[in-house]
Amino acid sequence: MSTKIQFKNVSRHFGEGADRFVALQNLDLDIEDGEFVTVVGPSGCGKSTAMNIAAGLLDTSSGEALVDGEEVNGPGPERGMIFQQYALFPWLSVRKNVEFGLKIQGLPKEERKKISDRYLELVGLTDFADALPKTLSGGMKQRCAIARAYAVNPKILLMDEPFGALDALTRVNMQDQLLDTWSRERRTIMFITHDVDEAVYMANRVIVMASRPGRLKEIIPVNLPYPRTEDIRLSPEFAEIRNRVWHAVYHQ
Amino acid sequence: MTEQVLQPVAEVRPKTQFRIAELYRKSQGLLLNLLALFLGLGFWTLVTRAGVVGLPGPVGVAERFVELASSGQLFVDIGSSLSRVLTGFLLGVSVAVPIGFLMGWYKTARSLIEPYVQFFRMVPPLAVIPLAIVTMGIDETPKIFVIFLAAFLSSVVATYQGVISVDKTLVSAARVLGAGDARIFLSVIVPASVPFILVGFRIGLGASWATVVAAELIAAQSGLGFRMQQAQLYYELDTIFVSLITIGFLGLVMDRLVQAAEQRLTTWQERV
Ligand SMILES: Nc1ncnc2c1ncn2[C@@H]1O[C@H](COP(=O)(O)OP(=O)(O)OP(=O)(O)O)[C@@H](O)[C@H]1O
Ligand SMILES: [Mg+2]
Repeated sequence: MSTKIQFKNVSRHFGEGADRFVALQNLDLDIEDGEFVTVVGPSGCGKSTAMNIAAGLLDTSSGEALVDGEEVNGPGPERGMIFQQYALFPWLSVRKNVEFGLKIQGLPKEERKKISDRYLELVGLTDFADALPKTLSGGMKQRCAIARAYAVNPKILLMDEPFGALDALTRVNMQDQLLDTWSRERRTIMFITHDVDEAVYMANRVIVMASRPGRLKEIIPVNLPYPRTEDIRLSPEFAEIRNRVWHAVYHQ
Repeated sequence: MTEQVLQPVAEVRPKTQFRIAELYRKSQGLLLNLLALFLGLGFWTLVTRAGVVGLPGPVGVAERFVELASSGQLFVDIGSSLSRVLTGFLLGVSVAVPIGFLMGWYKTARSLIEPYVQFFRMVPPLAVIPLAIVTMGIDETPKIFVIFLAAFLSSVVATYQGVISVDKTLVSAARVLGAGDARIFLSVIVPASVPFILVGFRIGLGASWATVVAAELIAAQSGLGFRMQQAQLYYELDTIFVSLITIGFLGLVMDRLVQAAEQRLTTWQERV
């Protein structure tokens, strides 16, 4: 396996002088091609900061981030991102939001519609294709953002608490769908969550971070087979890993 | 397919009920508006009848209105005031919007232009009239210039505010989806700043209207302001009233038109 995303001693601070705040300190992390890693840690420990650096939306203060062995220099179409705050374009309908990236790629209208139909169906928003984002619930907005990111078919998915606003049932559905597409298409996924259960259920490895300053605390491998099922979720092995992660997060 | 056919039918009942309730609420508001209007007219009649002040009553003003309208004078005046406002306003906003975008988009442009904009914002456009007359003569140019200034200053600030308050995550989202600078500008910055720009237009149009009337009071051979200034010389109070009411009414109509455009163009906005 080759390394897809690489953080090499990455640090990032905000502000200067007395306001100087270290959001991320000396992060060293390799994410392999086709791997599914989840990132957990207390609020403000630099999870989003690390992800924005990988996305090319934020510069490092020192160290470097590499994707496919090349230094990250701005966003690229091979890296899709789902933002913690949905970031839907409020003046575009749900469908037009989903088709935004496809339009940039210059796809003809019929083809765009075919693709958006497919992903709207996947996230269960077919009936809301023409609705404006302001009429959607938080969970529906998030599903629209997911469809928009999936639609451009990126090799790497950077997901910042993508299922955070979903109700428990939709959440489990989306988890299984994501795992299903991932095991078929083997994208590389970096997935931030604050739900320890979700972190263990989805991942090859769980990255646990600590705060003040934001840093890597522990990497916990999840040696459970895919497809992950209800049985696995209820197994003693799962419980044991979950306890380890829980401990790493909450007893810092 | 069947579902799509069925959906509207299921929606009919609550929708009509809602419409009726809304209509009732609206007509109630309208009734109160009309009542207020009649009360106001009644008060005006009473005050003038009682001879408290030496002002013309509603009937005298209405008669004068009919006279001025049937002679065509009123419409000539309205025409010249409106054409000044629209020319100045359109020129003003068509320069203001690109410059506002430039200021919002490029830090250098902002630093270069902003001091001037902020400074001239503090100078009432009317205060420029003496200078404009001296340098531009007494024809239409100085009047259109001050209206241009009024419209320009309010719209340029609004546009620039619009650009700098665009949600940064929307820009990030577009960039992650592969958008370059030009695409971000056209597909994110422009639509996101439309609400701000329209607010600027509304303020700008109000300022232009106020400015044109005042400019005509000072220097013009036609227009509603000029008519009032003439009437003042001959002590024609009823003509002044007709002009004032026309000015207020036209200002209101223009404001409502921009407001309606605003509502239509920004339906996507979350309103509280
Ligand atoms: N643009 C910025 N300017 C100043 N400080 C920032 C900025 N972005 C992030 N920070 C700070 O850096 C720290 C890490 O932020 P980050 O968003 O990465 O946290 P997080 O782990 O994603 O938290 P959460 O779980 O709440 O989303 C926070 O303390 C935050 O206040
Ligand atoms: Mg975050």
